[in-house]
Amino acid sequence: MSNSGNGKRKPVNDDDDDEDEENGRDMEAWERAYADERSWESLQEDESGLLRPIDNQALHHAQYRRRLRSLSAASAASRIQKGLIRYLYLVIDLSRAAGEMDIRPSRMVVVAKQVEAFIREFFDQNPLSQIGLVTIKDGVAQCLTDLGGSPESHIKALMGKLGCSGEASLQNALELVHEQLNQIPSYGHREVIILYSALSTCDPGDVMETIQKCKSSKIRCSVIGLSAELYICKYLCQETGGLYSVALDEAHLKDLILEHAPPPPAIAEFAIANLIKMGFPQRAAEGVISICSCHKEAKFGGGYICPRCKARVCELPTECRICGLTLVSSPHLARSYHHLFPVTPFDDVAPLLLPNQHRRPKNCFGCQQSLLNPGNMPVRCVTCPKCKLFFCLDCDIYIHESLHNCPGCESLRNTNPVD
Amino acid sequence: MTPVSSKQYTDDVSLLVVLIDTNPLFWSSSAVPLSFSKFLSQVISFLNSILLLNQLNQVMVIATGLNSCGYVYDSSSGSTNHRVETLLQKLEEFVVKDEELNKDDSADEIGSSLLSGSLSMALCYIQRVFRSGSLHPQPRILCMHGSQDGPGQYVAIMNSIFSAQRSMVPIDSCVIGSQHSAFLQQASYITGGVYLKPQQLDGLFQYLTTVFATDLHSRSFLQLPKPTGVDFRASCFCHKNTIDMGYICSVCLSIFCKHHKKCSTCGSAFGQPQTSVPTSSQKRKALNLN
Repeated sequence: MSNSGNGKRKPVNDDDDDEDEENGRDMEAWERAYADERSWESLQEDESGLLRPIDNQALHHAQYRRRLRSLSAASAASRIQKGLIRYLYLVIDLSRAAGEMDIRPSRMVVVAKQVEAFIREFFDQNPLSQIGLVTIKDGVAQCLTDLGGSPESHIKALMGKLGCSGEASLQNALELVHEQLNQIPSYGHREVIILYSALSTCDPGDVMETIQKCKSSKIRCSVIGLSAELYICKYLCQETGGLYSVALDEAHLKDLILEHAPPPPAIAEFAIANLIKMGFPQRAAEGVISICSCHKEAKFGGGYICPRCKARVCELPTECRICGLTLVSSPHLARSYHHLFPVTPFDDVAPLLLPNQHRRPKNCFGCQQSLLNPGNMPVRCVTCPKCKLFFCLDCDIYIHESLHNCPGCESLRNTNPVD
Repeated sequence: MTPVSSKQYTDDVSLLVVLIDTNPLFWSSSAVPLSFSKFLSQVISFLNSILLLNQLNQVMVIATGLNSCGYVYDSSSGSTNHRVETLLQKLEEFVVKDEELNKDDSADEIGSSLLSGSLSMALCYIQRVFRSGSLHPQPRILCMHGSQDGPGQYVAIMNSIFSAQRSMVPIDSCVIGSQHSAFLQQASYITGGVYLKPQQLDGLFQYLTTVFATDLHSRSFLQLPKPTGVDFRASCFCHKNTIDMGYICSVCLSIFCKHHKKCSTCGSAFGQPQTSVPTSSQKRKALNLN
């Protein structure tokens, strides 16, 4: 059977022709492997030109190591620190281009799904920060939700308004965001993430002026493109110090959006340090009936009492509606401490260290997984520079992305601190 | 291991990771009415009963020592005979090694054991179980703890708690000492576990089997001890008092009870853009006061 490039097949004899017509779109399993799964894409060449299958785990780990190196290089610069109190606007492009179906089911639906995941992750990592949503539709930018700290209200508002039409206007979006972000306190870090699907922008004035205005207001604008790279987006990101990236497919889009969840390196002079007055409410006594200030209805038991005005609120963190005091609990502050005390990146261990083979432990210190392949060949592993214990690659990723503690350093009382 | 058919993985198969506090300073003090050997015999009976509840249940024991932490027993490796002997032997080896690591200058420490280390190890092991495929037991952690809370471990314990919350692993706590542990109260509250301070330690086995032996699915049908009085207020960095309202530095999130001109942790002058970045050790030292 010969296959031409576009997948149409030339039947060699009549029998096969009949079979094709009978089966229609049904193909044999071996045929599906060529037409749908494209098995040749999972092969790679190694250094000598021989074929070998892709080692997904090694690729995943290599990608993670590259990302970690670039992050630690950025934060090693002396004047860079993390902006922990962020006021972020998410600008979602709902122009005609967002209805394109190159990502199933349509760009707009996929973007909404990823934005929902991003909002939850953002509030998980930055509990004291606030998000606002802006949409661009018919050449006009509108505020979908105001800056607020509750993920549910943003997600509900977004899911209710998914319709696309008209042109996209970058300048209108930036003007709106600039106006809103000028009202926030000076200790907050101002950020915008634009999810841009269109290939053009239809502006009422000079967009370069707006970009300069954003730059002087110290707003960090990042763009994630869904179609192709645009010069104006690149210029915007370069001027304001943000990140510009273009998504290749849905999985890549997810990675790009979630990259913005941890606090970005912030230039020290961008936000003025200040003391923020906050309250630490205690839980209200069980069995007490009171009117809660957020829903304006009578509630039984539970909830928290604002220490200044004694109003009842349902959940934390929030701003008391009566007196305006920010109410948090100590775990919310503790969620951000790992940004201030990151785990040192682990060092790779050269796999073939023959003289020292006896010194290598047989098991990963964290999960007790064996560090030897069947046949006693050593597997790739990493070691902590402080406690010198060995960990497997999966523990390395888990420790740096989720746990933020090195089990070795925490389990040994007398490890020397690095600085 | 022979492959297990999916029909045998019912929803009450659990993996229990037990963190046992072996701090000699705690066990030899007068605060405990129970001796370590009596405590161990009750815990071992409890572990045996867990393994009897379902043939696919697994138990893992990690010892929390004064100077180190280590894996002591794994029910999925080794034979079913001589379980108790293996556990006791490895526990003894661990305690001897832990004592050798004692340095002379640690005598003035308040004697808290390394809970953050054993929690981190338990979570790494549980992640390995999650990676092993779609058929795995439901993991949970049980902390049998008695030593005082070490304030230097606050950040590490909170990190472990949040990671456990994300992976949906409940942390149960059984406090054997004389005082409540604020860290374990927060851990159990945030992760959805059970916190208990048994009043009569002679009947510890009874408390363990009625409260901590049930799997996660069956817990919705039982009346378990409810969390009461978890105090989430913070303490200020300057006086270590618990405060209702305070001031937070916007750069490093340090908590103060009064208005200051400069942050003592990160050195930022309030009201002016900063000029220098604090080092990690300065911040960590300030946080240790919490």
